Amino acid sequence: MNNSFFNRKFVIQGIFIAIALVIVIRLFYIQIIDDRYLLSANNNVMRKEIIYPARGVILDRNGKMLVENEMVFDLMVTPREVKDIDTLLFCELLQIDTADFNKRMKKARAESPYRQSAFMKQVPIQIFAPFEEQRYKFRGFYVQKRTVRHYPDSIAPQFLGYIQEVNENDIKKSNGFYRSGDYIGASGVERAYEDLLRGKRGVKNRMVDALNRPQGVFMDGKYDTTAVSGEGLVSSLDKELQVLAEKMMKNKLGSVVAIEPSTGEILTFVSSPGYNPNLMVGRERGNNYMKLLEDPNNPMFIRPIQASYPPGSVFKVVAALTAQQAGVINEQTVFYCPGGYRYGGGRAIMRCTHVDGATGLVKSIKMSCNTYYGYVYAKMIDGRGMASYKAYDLWRDGLLKFGLGGKLGIDLPGEKTGLVPTSNFYSKRYGSDKWKSGYNISLSIGQDALGITPLQMANVMAIVANRGFYYRPHLIKGIGEKQIVKEEFTEKIFAGVDAKYYEPVIEGMSQAVNQGGTGAASRIAGIEMCGKTGTVQNPHGENHAVFFAFAPRENPKIAIAVFVENAGYGGTWAAPIASMLVEKYLKDTITLPKYIQDRIYNGNLLPKPKVKVEKEDPKLKKDSTKNKKDSIKLRTTAIEPKKKESAILVHHSQVRR
Amino acid sequence: MNNLQNKSFFGRIDWITIGLWMTLCLIGWFNIHAAVYDAENPGLFNLATNYGKQSIYIFTALIIGICILIIDSRFFISSAPIIYILVILLLIATLVVGRSVGGNQSWIPLGSFRLQPSEFGKLATCLLLAYYLSNQTNKTPNMKTLMIGAAIVFLPIALVMLQKDTGSALVFFSLIFVFYREGYIGSSVLIIGGLAILLFVLALLINQWILIGIIALICGFFAFMMRKKRKNIINIALFFAFSSIYILSVDFAYNQILKPHQRNRIDVILGKIEDLRGEGYNLNQSKIAIGSGQLFGKGYLQGTQTKYNFVPEQSTDFIFCTVGEEWGFVGSVILISIYVALLLRIVNIAERQRTAFARIYAYGVASILFFHFFINLGMTIGLVPVIGIPLPFISYGGSSLWSFTILLFILLRFDSSRKGL
Repeated sequence: MNNSFFNRKFVIQGIFIAIALVIVIRLFYIQIIDDRYLLSANNNVMRKEIIYPARGVILDRNGKMLVENEMVFDLMVTPREVKDIDTLLFCELLQIDTADFNKRMKKARAESPYRQSAFMKQVPIQIFAPFEEQRYKFRGFYVQKRTVRHYPDSIAPQFLGYIQEVNENDIKKSNGFYRSGDYIGASGVERAYEDLLRGKRGVKNRMVDALNRPQGVFMDGKYDTTAVSGEGLVSSLDKELQVLAEKMMKNKLGSVVAIEPSTGEILTFVSSPGYNPNLMVGRERGNNYMKLLEDPNNPMFIRPIQASYPPGSVFKVVAALTAQQAGVINEQTVFYCPGGYRYGGGRAIMRCTHVDGATGLVKSIKMSCNTYYGYVYAKMIDGRGMASYKAYDLWRDGLLKFGLGGKLGIDLPGEKTGLVPTSNFYSKRYGSDKWKSGYNISLSIGQDALGITPLQMANVMAIVANRGFYYRPHLIKGIGEKQIVKEEFTEKIFAGVDAKYYEPVIEGMSQAVNQGGTGAASRIAGIEMCGKTGTVQNPHGENHAVFFAFAPRENPKIAIAVFVENAGYGGTWAAPIASMLVEKYLKDTITLPKYIQDRIYNGNLLPKPKVKVEKEDPKLKKDSTKNKKDSIKLRTTAIEPKKKESAILVHHSQVRR
Repeated sequence: MNNLQNKSFFGRIDWITIGLWMTLCLIGWFNIHAAVYDAENPGLFNLATNYGKQSIYIFTALIIGICILIIDSRFFISSAPIIYILVILLLIATLVVGRSVGGNQSWIPLGSFRLQPSEFGKLATCLLLAYYLSNQTNKTPNMKTLMIGAAIVFLPIALVMLQKDTGSALVFFSLIFVFYREGYIGSSVLIIGGLAILLFVLALLINQWILIGIIALICGFFAFMMRKKRKNIINIALFFAFSSIYILSVDFAYNQILKPHQRNRIDVILGKIEDLRGEGYNLNQSKIAIGSGQLFGKGYLQGTQTKYNFVPEQSTDFIFCTVGEEWGFVGSVILISIYVALLLRIVNIAERQRTAFARIYAYGVASILFFHFFINLGMTIGLVPVIGIPLPFISYGGSSLWSFTILLFILLRFDSSRKGL
């Protein structure tokens, strides 16, 4: 019995215990102290599956659908799982060729052989349905449902806007809300109400095994969230009116804006030429988008809020109102019109279209007398016992209160201010502040450097209709189920001219339409519409036609501004368009003779393509819609006259650039 | 006398060990079940599954155990040389007809089962070593006996190495504890061995010159404290000289002698490289599984890493991942405690034996179980390189379960008849 080394038992047992302790300490470290392993474990098994919420729908004011969601199907592929499939059948079903198939597979494989990636996005139901029936034959292909926008009537593209995949910038700005592949409203209401429309994404935490095969729900769905659909929006648009307006503006350049004066809700919002908003959805989107950008008539340009025109004669309404408020004229003031207004010591003349003789305020509006407003402006600027430039700035403040020269705050991105120049602008132009009304007399009739958007024009009409105030024009009148109205759209804004001064102007506008004035072409039996025509001179071709109106005279329901470019005299095109819309809106019928209707529907006033001009700088044209800075520059160059001319200074809208 | 023995036969069996053995087998079964659990096909005794087969293995192991307890213990002593020779022949046969599984040519196909002779090599070696050492007439350990004893151990090592089963070959080195206990090698060998391993690891982790500098400081401190005796200073100087040379040669060996994939394995363990796709994949997944268990684990059948096959070899060599993930730190510590209890129990049994044969054999069993336990757990948590050896009684596999059971139950047989011998 060799037991002399008995004590070594304890050494051996000690070693056993020591080693076990080392293992326990190590376990303590990796299981309890170090959290990394738990995170890695979750990364191993967890695959976050994002559930895309349905984007909010947009209705018109009567509850008719303007924008809805349509189901499309993204075909996904896990390249490694694809084995022995009948490529020919596959290609036939999806209507692609083998080369395309190989290209798409290669792309998917490059992304990851193990994970799903998109093989073909937004497969329409017509192609998808027959494919789905046979999908069991194609291992490794999966389907992800998505919704895309659909516009049932293909109307109001610039108003509704479009959505597109987010870019790097959007992702960065959103603090991680958006991820690559998400969609974001890029223009119009889609962009303005993006936060409400997009809804909330849901997440499903699924588990996969080591080979990336799905294995059920993580933690029984404890960390899953459901998707919340976007809020529905009720727009102020009247769909039928919009359809009619677009039909009339077909093949014409210009804008139609109609406002409900008592609320500021926009009933019609046409920017012509438009485009089919459905072009901005689906697989051909990229190509369509490029085509739209290259279109010389610039359908992406939102004319009602981005085009600024010198308003022409319709401005006389504002001139008459501000002059009364300033006490320069009153209802009884009469000027004699010999067929033109002489100024600059009689050396220059601002002509009237006709000889009006002794003209009072009402008649001046009815007949659109230039001479009258030459006098009004001269009194306004030169006759107030102060330096002309100071008087001018006072007057300018009045104009700003009418919403001119500044943003109205419409709920649509991209609104431009238009331009009401400051006295400084003229002092610079004339080299000193000693200038008088004669220097820029054409301001009196809405020419010179004035730039006013169609929306501002329609809003002026709403102010007149309301006899002195307006609500910010807006396109969305109710948000979500509770029909919440944004607070800023319920604020009554005073335009700075007392209600009593409106009556003579309104009387003049009424006579212009109903008693053989300039707007006679727009007369509607049974409705007392008050309107004013305008003609904006255009050095590049036919003048632009303007008409704005409201109706009925008492308790007005609609205020409207129509701009038709290159249409010549305002009474020929713009007035009948306005009158048909007003009648349609108020009486749901059109009594204008059929031949006039047809003339308007079929009239083509698009400019003849001037190849050379367009080719001069196609980039500029694109930039005017894409790049804000550039378009502002553009506008300033457009209205800043190159030469000082003694005769009427005419401008053209930037649209024609 | 036979009658008398039969009456108290069950009373003399060490029931504590049997209990620990049974507990480990059951823990093994449950964790194999969890490792291969398939929610869609949850049949408990489905023979197509690993846990279904393991229940058969456990049952047969029990029968084998009972048979061993019935056999006369003298049979094992007298047939130790024959068993050893038979196993050596089997190992040689494996080299000829063996099937390659996972790179190791260590399996002999037997019908639908496969036999791994190296598992039985441990038993045979333990028996013959006990047989040889206990038959020494010399009262004091001598060099010649040590050499022959070492030869008994090295023969199977060489054969297993030829099968490219490095893990199983390394197990035999654990028998160093037997030689230590029997006095053939001194404590200094253990200390020097331990220091050598420590310095080896440090030399790979720390710049060799810095390490030598640190050792110089430590040696300087001890030399100053023990400056009274000249002999101490000489010893410390010698220690410093040898360890410096050793560190430098480790570096040389590591860079010049080891093959790249061996270097990789060591680097992964030391955390010098992070190679999550190649060598490091197993280890990383294993650590993730165990680490994600945290204090109380994810619960039975709830371990996502093991259930979804992220951990390779999870019912055999990496079975501890399931324990760590589903039972957490608490469960792991309980398992470790059971092992330690079993090991300490075996050592106690060894010391109460009257015969040297039984004692030496018992230490052999303890050493082998300990080595498997340490290397297997150490590899799953990144303490030692990935060496493919099973966790005794727990890992899935018939050969391994039977061989460990035979190993243990022969010891119990000796123990139960210790007074009769």
